[in-house]
Amino acid sequence: MVPPRPAPLGSALAGRVPAVVIGVGNEFRRDDGAGPAVIARLRDLAPPSVRLVVTDGEPARLVEAWTGTALAIVVDAVRAEPPHPGKIHRFVLDQPRAGARREASSHGLGLDDAIALAVALDRMPGRLVVHAIEAADLTQGPGLSPPVAAAVDTVARAVLADLDGQPSERT
Amino acid sequence: MTHKNERVLSVAELARVEGEGALYIRTAGDRVEEARLDIYEPPRFFEAFLRGRGYAEPPDITARICGICPVAYQMSACAAIEDACGVTVPAPVGDLRRLLYCGEWIESHALHIYLLHAPDFLGYGSGIEMAADRRDLVERGLALKKAGNAIMEAVGGRAIHPVNVRLGGFYRAPARAELTALTEPLKRALGIALETVRWVAGFEFPDHAVDADLLALVRPGTYAIEQGRLATRSGLSFPPAGFDAQVIEEQVPHSTALHARLADGGRYLTGPLARYALGSRWLSPLAREAAHAAGLGETCDNPFRSIVVRAVETVYAAEEALRLIAAYEPPDPPAVEVPPRAAVGYGATEAPRGTLWHRYEITADGLIASARIVPPTSQNQAAIEADLREFVQAHLDLDDAELTRRCEQAIRNYDPCISCSTHFLDLTVERSL
Repeated sequence: MVPPRPAPLGSALAGRVPAVVIGVGNEFRRDDGAGPAVIARLRDLAPPSVRLVVTDGEPARLVEAWTGTALAIVVDAVRAEPPHPGKIHRFVLDQPRAGARREASSHGLGLDDAIALAVALDRMPGRLVVHAIEAADLTQGPGLSPPVAAAVDTVARAVLADLDGQPSERT
Repeated sequence: MTHKNERVLSVAELARVEGEGALYIRTAGDRVEEARLDIYEPPRFFEAFLRGRGYAEPPDITARICGICPVAYQMSACAAIEDACGVTVPAPVGDLRRLLYCGEWIESHALHIYLLHAPDFLGYGSGIEMAADRRDLVERGLALKKAGNAIMEAVGGRAIHPVNVRLGGFYRAPARAELTALTEPLKRALGIALETVRWVAGFEFPDHAVDADLLALVRPGTYAIEQGRLATRSGLSFPPAGFDAQVIEEQVPHSTALHARLADGGRYLTGPLARYALGSRWLSPLAREAAHAAGLGETCDNPFRSIVVRAVETVYAAEEALRLIAAYEPPDPPAVEVPPRAAVGYGATEAPRGTLWHRYEITADGLIASARIVPPTSQNQAAIEADLREFVQAHLDLDDAELTRRCEQAIRNYDPCISCSTHFLDLTVERSL
């Protein structure tokens, strides 16, 4: 018997392959709210079959959120030197491997640890896409800085393109 | 001036504590000159942010202070505002709150025991290292944590920043079937929790005793979680409204957190050791039996053994959740009205890492005139620093790397939610001899 071919990622839209979009961050640390803001934007735009999650970046929660999914998309704020607030980075991890580390995250206990933990537990998603938005302001308080707020729509569209199986243009 | 034998250990970011923090130890010769835990505390921001906002908003807003213990913030806020408004919620609403809180205890304790604290005892640098080597253990911890999450989702609406909590009760009472669906997973969780007690009881614990008073909520007849009077081991007993008079908060230069002391000047500790010392007699028979089999007496003064107490509390929380679910009838209505009035109200509940106290002053038209939030970590800070001083003094023979590692472990004994928010510190390690 011929095993069934793995479904293409785009079929996430049809609900046959589970996909999750995870916004990491804290709405009360200014631009750290970028991830949750993208999730809020996607609530009206993403297909109902896609699970939308907001989390604080605690690794075990991230791992729980993406366990068993074919596609996990994580949106997070990052701090960069030199800073280009609002600049968007997109990373794709197709072949999870031991020792894989993320490029950047604002969270000391976050995505890098979650990836390492998931690799150790064999709980990586089939494909992991990370959209990282460079932050301008990580002080306490609600609201995004203008350049980060402007990036939210762009990232939401890029996430939809990822869900559609069509990688968006690099920005 | 730098003395020949002076050495400084500085860890700018503490791994595996939830949040921001830094540790600074300075020794000169054979004497510890300074032990300082720098913490950055967002409740101060939230106190200012809440002023002028609607009196019904604090449960939702303060839940954003901490991703690990949002229920604690919601419950203390509800208790304080309902106190101000002269409202007592009916028992079924109180029971549902206690069930939600049990979910948070299970989730938080499982995370701390398995991913943050146990690696210290087993010689792993992190929970991730432990997962690579002992996947079975970490999966067991995650399964336990998941049972807590399931309660948070069923009662709170979601696991992070529960949305179903409001003043007077809940927006919606879960149907009976929604909760009975949790019974089997919780029975399995109870089994795991009992196994966890046996497992951590076998760790090797340094001989050490905390030199501080203990403070916790006490409610005769039950292990206090979501309500009770405050009590200290030294014999004080007062309602949440008396906290102001009994606890003094003072600014220290190295921290945005205020240090808390009892009015008589003594430092104190809140959290599992305090709860256990003041309330172990009211644990369930099964939890008490597990505690005694693990070698705990009626009290436990060794902060390294707090991992055992957390495991016992996890047994209790799982069992208590099962009891509450078995007796559950959806409260109707799910919330009672809480009309505003000009008053001051106080609320205290037991967050997984210790007593969380709120005070709100409300105007007649329902606005917050002032807010005060005292989280457990700032209450514990003076006791943690004293404990570190003593610990370092007794272990000055260790090299810097080992001493730093052991200090981090000593801090993790207290499960400090150091920022209750996010983690933006870059790691720098600075040492000089």
